Amino acid sequence: MHSWFDSWALTLVVFIPAIGAAIVMLIPREREDAIKGVTLVTTLATLGFTIATLFRFNYDKTSTLQFSVTKNWIDVINSHYHVAVDGISLPMLALSSFITVLCVIYSWNHFPEPHNPKAFLALLLILEVGMNGTFVAQDLILFFIFFEIVLLPMFFMIGVWGGPNREYASIKFFLFTLFGSALMLLSFLALYFKVDVPGVGHTFDMVLLSHAAGSGVVHSTQLLIFGGLFIGFAIKVPMFPFHTWLPDAHTEAPTVGSVLLAAILLKLGTYGFIRIALPMLPEAAKSWAPWIGLLAVIGIIYGALGCLAQTDMKRLIAFSSVAHMGFVMLGIATLTTFGINAAIFGMVAHGLITGMLFFIAGSVQHNYGTRELSRLGGLLKQAPKMGWILGFCAMASLGLPGLAGFWGEFPAVLSTFNPGGDLSQPLFRTYMVIAAIGTVLAAGYLLWMLQKVAFGLPKPEFADAHIHDVSSFEWTAWVPILLLIVALGIFPNLIFRVTDDAVTCQTAAPFVSKDTTPVSPTLVCPGSPNPAQTTAQVTGGGG
Amino acid sequence: MLLAVATEVISTPKFDWHAFAPDLVLVVTMVVVLVADLLLPDREAWRTSSITALGLLGALIPIATLAHSGHERILFDGAYVVGHYALALKAFFILAAYITVLLSVDYIGEGDYYNGEFYFLLLVAVFGMSIMTGARDLITLFVALETISIPTFVLAAFRKHDRASNEAGVKYYLIGVLSSALMLYGFSLIYGVTGATKLSGPHSISEYLSQHGTEPLVAVAIFLSLVGFAFKVSAVPFHFWAPDTYEGAPTPVTAFLSVASKAGGFVALINIIYFGFLTGNAHSAANSWWPVLWVFAALSMTLGNLAALRQTNIVRMLAYSSVAQGGFMLVPFAAAGIAGADGPLEKANSAMGAVVVYLLIYGAMNLGAFAVVIAVARRTRSAEISSYDGLFQISPTLAVVMGVFLASLAGIPFFAGWFAKFVMFRSIIDAGTGWAIALGIIAAVNSVIAFFYYARPIRAMIFHEPTADDRTPIVIPQPLVAAIVLTTAVVVVVGIYPQLFARVGQLAF
Repeated sequence: MHSWFDSWALTLVVFIPAIGAAIVMLIPREREDAIKGVTLVTTLATLGFTIATLFRFNYDKTSTLQFSVTKNWIDVINSHYHVAVDGISLPMLALSSFITVLCVIYSWNHFPEPHNPKAFLALLLILEVGMNGTFVAQDLILFFIFFEIVLLPMFFMIGVWGGPNREYASIKFFLFTLFGSALMLLSFLALYFKVDVPGVGHTFDMVLLSHAAGSGVVHSTQLLIFGGLFIGFAIKVPMFPFHTWLPDAHTEAPTVGSVLLAAILLKLGTYGFIRIALPMLPEAAKSWAPWIGLLAVIGIIYGALGCLAQTDMKRLIAFSSVAHMGFVMLGIATLTTFGINAAIFGMVAHGLITGMLFFIAGSVQHNYGTRELSRLGGLLKQAPKMGWILGFCAMASLGLPGLAGFWGEFPAVLSTFNPGGDLSQPLFRTYMVIAAIGTVLAAGYLLWMLQKVAFGLPKPEFADAHIHDVSSFEWTAWVPILLLIVALGIFPNLIFRVTDDAVTCQTAAPFVSKDTTPVSPTLVCPGSPNPAQTTAQVTGGGG
Repeated sequence: MLLAVATEVISTPKFDWHAFAPDLVLVVTMVVVLVADLLLPDREAWRTSSITALGLLGALIPIATLAHSGHERILFDGAYVVGHYALALKAFFILAAYITVLLSVDYIGEGDYYNGEFYFLLLVAVFGMSIMTGARDLITLFVALETISIPTFVLAAFRKHDRASNEAGVKYYLIGVLSSALMLYGFSLIYGVTGATKLSGPHSISEYLSQHGTEPLVAVAIFLSLVGFAFKVSAVPFHFWAPDTYEGAPTPVTAFLSVASKAGGFVALINIIYFGFLTGNAHSAANSWWPVLWVFAALSMTLGNLAALRQTNIVRMLAYSSVAQGGFMLVPFAAAGIAGADGPLEKANSAMGAVVVYLLIYGAMNLGAFAVVIAVARRTRSAEISSYDGLFQISPTLAVVMGVFLASLAGIPFFAGWFAKFVMFRSIIDAGTGWAIALGIIAAVNSVIAFFYYARPIRAMIFHEPTADDRTPIVIPQPLVAAIVLTTAVVVVVGIYPQLFARVGQLAF
């Protein structure tokens, strides 16, 4: 039992949805209940295996890859089927399989035009393959494949079930991300050919490449390779100025599409930074970090100001995503354990909170037939429960202490006070001030949205409309998220404890300054010398 | 010494029947088809297609036995070589022709064309391709190339009463002859300087080049032959015949031209570039040809894509797409030249392997796309992209399959096309110089542009509402179904487990 589970769990988490999608495609289109049933069972089974993984995960060794499986895949190019999880990927994997189930439940009676649950759910399941796969892949080519698999389902979700401008939004989404991933692939190949892993030679293995930390690559080449990775991941995040696809995609996407886009797909980009770009090319990361930080704070301010200019509720939430992902990227740009931990927390928190906001926006649209802020109002009067949930999520999103959003935002800002990797302190403290202003603006636009949508009296055109309050399907889909937002707000260690060692060992290790003590002096990282030694090596080699 | 040479010259060449078995099967099939066409009554003439299909499948048997026996067979003093490389491509050409037969059966049968002649010409072209795979001598190579070209001129004009088809044939013919003339002129200069027609081995072009370096005249000669090949593989700026020919020719012939005939050109290019101007210490020559191929690759990708963006007819779009895909296939050639110019051949070998892998995958996905085009045109009698509106609601499976082929052509995982693009990128990044990286970035940008037009039929099929009144599912004849199923299977299976084709590419070089 033990070994069976350990070697199959992750593979099942990734490919059960694929099997489910195949079954769904075989069921005749008319049998909608069967299709929905199969999809729900599939996603629940996937979640079941994820939860079992959570339980069997050894939390004393979060920096070690667990449930690791390596099989031959494409020998000719030296690429393997290598999947495993550690403390960085585990929360993301859990988030992904968790949100997918809720999306299936939410869409039960909510299929947007032109309906067709069969195609919609099949795409949703294929999407889950890509999302789960990206978070467990430990081989660059495998990572690339999963990273790309998400594109087509989302393209179709937006293009078929989207709003009036769906064709434009879907192709824009696709071309932006495809452009990024093409450059990313070039960088992966450059990593393969340039990095000389001691004792192994050329490899696509992400663990080995992280340990090699770009050894044998001259600095200018490192900068170029990092540039390719940066564009690939930054478009996905999206960072200013690559964000322009996001508001369009979010606005046009169906509710579930928006939720998945915000909750998971954007995280693929930040996850890529933490898992690939930083550890594999630490020297280049130091040179790039000030610029990443700059774009992050521009994103924070720009996203916030963009929010204030919106007239569409969904578009506003989309711009708030740009701002929030700015905080995540700022945390990453500090190159500190603290900041990167905060970034991962921010990813999960943003996934839950913004996903939830998009759910509500979807239900508002469903009820009122519009998302125009000027036409909405009085949600608390007409559908008080939904109004309260919206208020709760707005609070969570603006970073109210005690809710999940706080732990993503506040430590990220705090970490800029003392950046790692010999980055300029004055510069990052300037970023800190700007980001702090951003949190104020965030409060501004979220409260403004809340006021527009929930407060006051309903507009005359909807005064007599019969507005459904939260339905049972919505409750089922939303309560788990709301509970998690509270739980993570009260016990942030639920995530920090999982990520901390892994971040310390795998991502932040090369950036620890000589004069600061490591967070946990007793921690010994697997497969590599302990952090203190690594620091000495890297600074010695880099100087 | 002299005596040894003399005895070598006068000894009778040993004839390896086994090595020639695949080609002989093709020849026998040709004869049988001709005779059968003569004897069969008109309404039975379709049976020639079955004979052709059986003959093609029969030719696979000796290929399998040859592959099993393993060793490389060198015939006619090295002018014809049958090894893994030749066998892999022979199998590819024969399977591509088999799919073409499946595409043609109903098209030709219903269109009141000459059955026997069609399949006979097809078989002659395949025979030429089969010879081409083993050709290691300028003359063999030229004869093989003409054996491919001449039947395809006629095939392109096969819709006798259609002016577009006649134009297609004539245009193709004139360009073909022009390119042959240029190529021959180049060949004659090469022969004049080096005194050899054999590409590699003793007393060969590559031996001469390795001893004497590359004289300016040789560089001119190489350039002229490359221009000839550029016409054959429709590389920009010698591509302008392709869209008109592709649009005018009968669609199954277009599929054949864009896959098998184009691949024939590429195989010829591999033979002459790799065996003549790279191996056997001839790499000093590489510096005189890789810049030419670099430019062809960059132009073909970019202009092919930009022109494809403007097309409203799916066959023309696929024609320009095949120009662009040809550009992607030229990238590893440039990579091989850049890497091979410095000496060791490992990188050049893996680049040539990349071309073979790309050809195999491109063949499957492009034939598949044309199969769907033929299936849809049976209903709509049109190749306009707008006629694909709402296909997903009329024939969902057909629309999904077309989406698979187009996504694969665009290089979206997990369809086989991603791996073709991947090995192409791999070869150019492996070469690693500034010029190589620049070409890699051009290719990357182009692979993004390409999606825009590949997505257009996808959007028409899936995002748009059907415009036609007739919404019953399109009925597809059995052979066409078989062709679609076969190509889809290849595209999906190889996409998930690319090792299958990657291994072929590795064995070939």
